Amino acid sequence: MTSLPPLVRVRHLGVVFPTEDGLGLEAIRDLSFEIHPQEFLAVVGPSGCGKSTLLRVLAGLLEATRGEVAFPAHPQGKPQVGLVFQKANLMPWRSVLRNITLPLELQGVPRAEADSRGRAMIALMGLKGFANALPRDLSGGMAQRVALARALIHRPDLLLLDEPFTALDALTRERLWEELLHIWQHERTTVVMVTHSVTEALLLADRVLVLTQRPAHLQMALPVDLPRPRTADLRYTPHFGRLARRLREALGGHTPRP
Amino acid sequence: MNLAQTRRTVFHTARRSRHRLRHAFLSAAVALALWWGLVRLFHLPEFLLPTPEEVALRGWQAIQDGTLLHHTWITLQEVLSGLALGAGSATVVGYVLAKSRPLERLLAPYLVASQSVPVVAIAPLLIIWFGTGLLAKTLICALIVFFPVLVNTVVGIRSVPEALRDLLRALDATPWQVIRYLEIPAALPVFLGGLRIGATLSVIGAVVGEFVATDSGLGFLINLARGRYDTPLVFVAVFTLIALALALYGSVLALEHHFLAWQTPSGKPHR
Ligand SMILES: Nc1ncnc2c1ncn2[C@@H]1O[C@H](COP(=O)(O)OP(=O)(O)O)[C@@H](O)[C@H]1O
Ligand SMILES: [Mg+2]
Repeated sequence: MTSLPPLVRVRHLGVVFPTEDGLGLEAIRDLSFEIHPQEFLAVVGPSGCGKSTLLRVLAGLLEATRGEVAFPAHPQGKPQVGLVFQKANLMPWRSVLRNITLPLELQGVPRAEADSRGRAMIALMGLKGFANALPRDLSGGMAQRVALARALIHRPDLLLLDEPFTALDALTRERLWEELLHIWQHERTTVVMVTHSVTEALLLADRVLVLTQRPAHLQMALPVDLPRPRTADLRYTPHFGRLARRLREALGGHTPRP
Repeated sequence: MNLAQTRRTVFHTARRSRHRLRHAFLSAAVALALWWGLVRLFHLPEFLLPTPEEVALRGWQAIQDGTLLHHTWITLQEVLSGLALGAGSATVVGYVLAKSRPLERLLAPYLVASQSVPVVAIAPLLIIWFGTGLLAKTLICALIVFFPVLVNTVVGIRSVPEALRDLLRALDATPWQVIRYLEIPAALPVFLGGLRIGATLSVIGAVVGEFVATDSGLGFLINLARGRYDTPLVFVAVFTLIALALALYGSVLALEHHFLAWQTPSGKPHR
């Protein structure tokens, strides 16, 4: 896996937001790391430290103030990305199917092909029977499934998840963990997931980056050497406990939500 | 939502609108009865307040000799072309203002100030400059329609969720795709609200224009009939104007029902 060139190479990244007083708000300082193809990377850190900002830079929505973000595997530009936020952010005027096929429509994929890929995605995400439902008729968990399906439908090179499960209840969250793992094993997309939850990071990721307080820089990169395929029960094993403890210590006494 | 719920919603909506229709008929009947009673009770002469029958009879005459249709058609042309011009330009200007804070800061004071000048006051000027034909009336209607549509366009475009903008940018959507897939549908509810107000204001604009320069149209008909003490004909023209405004309002409502069905929450009325 590490023999391939990295998908993303972040070098000495700095992000400063302009402010009224002219001093600027420094969100990220001198951050360097790499993301390998097909890797599942989790990013944890205190809230307000710059995690969402980092994802926005990776998505190409925000320019780096300093340093560089390179995509060695895509010499002529940036990779295709899929985005999921804490809120589902669906288009309320579009049906579930039409929300999911949006990226394909933007790419000019013919309607018939978009529909059949959309329906396959609906089946994969356990949304059968909801193709023509409107977002207002969905529960939070279902809406987030649709958001995930929309992020995956165009087979992105990089899936960016910003606390995608934070707003869901515990049971729904755990079911979606397993589904995300299942899909990730199936599609083999590279994933970067920002999360508050140490458990979530360890259960899903190959590697966890711990960021410091703002301005964010790298506190620790922890490889997660837990066997795959993983299930939620793994969190009761001693090795999981040791990893969780190291993460919590790195996060600096401040204990994030389990 | 399952099928049973859908059917229940449809059923409720149908029953509600039947209800509303019955209320409208009932209140119209009461108003007519009061009107009729008033004339009979105080023995009012026809030129002060004609009875409903006299108005209906005069209306029938005006339809038969073609005057009503002629003047209604003139007014309708002014109203529709003014609405198209006013709403069209307001949509373009509103979109540009919504996209550019500096431009909005620059132009907003002038736009707001322009609203304190009553259209009645500038209508004579427009007639002097552009004559008594369709053009001047169209401009008067457009002026009165412009502002509400402009404001609602700005508010509508500003209400587009930032997260969805980010999503489309991350998907490399073109500017035209952002307009088509995001901004138009997201801004449509607020925009149509503005258009609904604009449509009825356009009728007022047309009458104002016709009052200033008497030539033809329902406003002209009112002036003409008043001069001849033909009060029933005044009523006929006024009722036609009301019908025109209601029809326009209803057309925009129909557009809303068609395009904004997604907005109607299950089991709750549209407004
Ligand atoms: N567009 C922006 N302009 C100015 N400041 C911003 C902007 N976006 C984020 N920030 C600031 O940058 C810091 C990091 O924000 P964010 O990346 O959202 O944190 P996190 O996702 O880790 O909670 C915060 O202090 C936030 O207020
Ligand atoms: Mg965040």
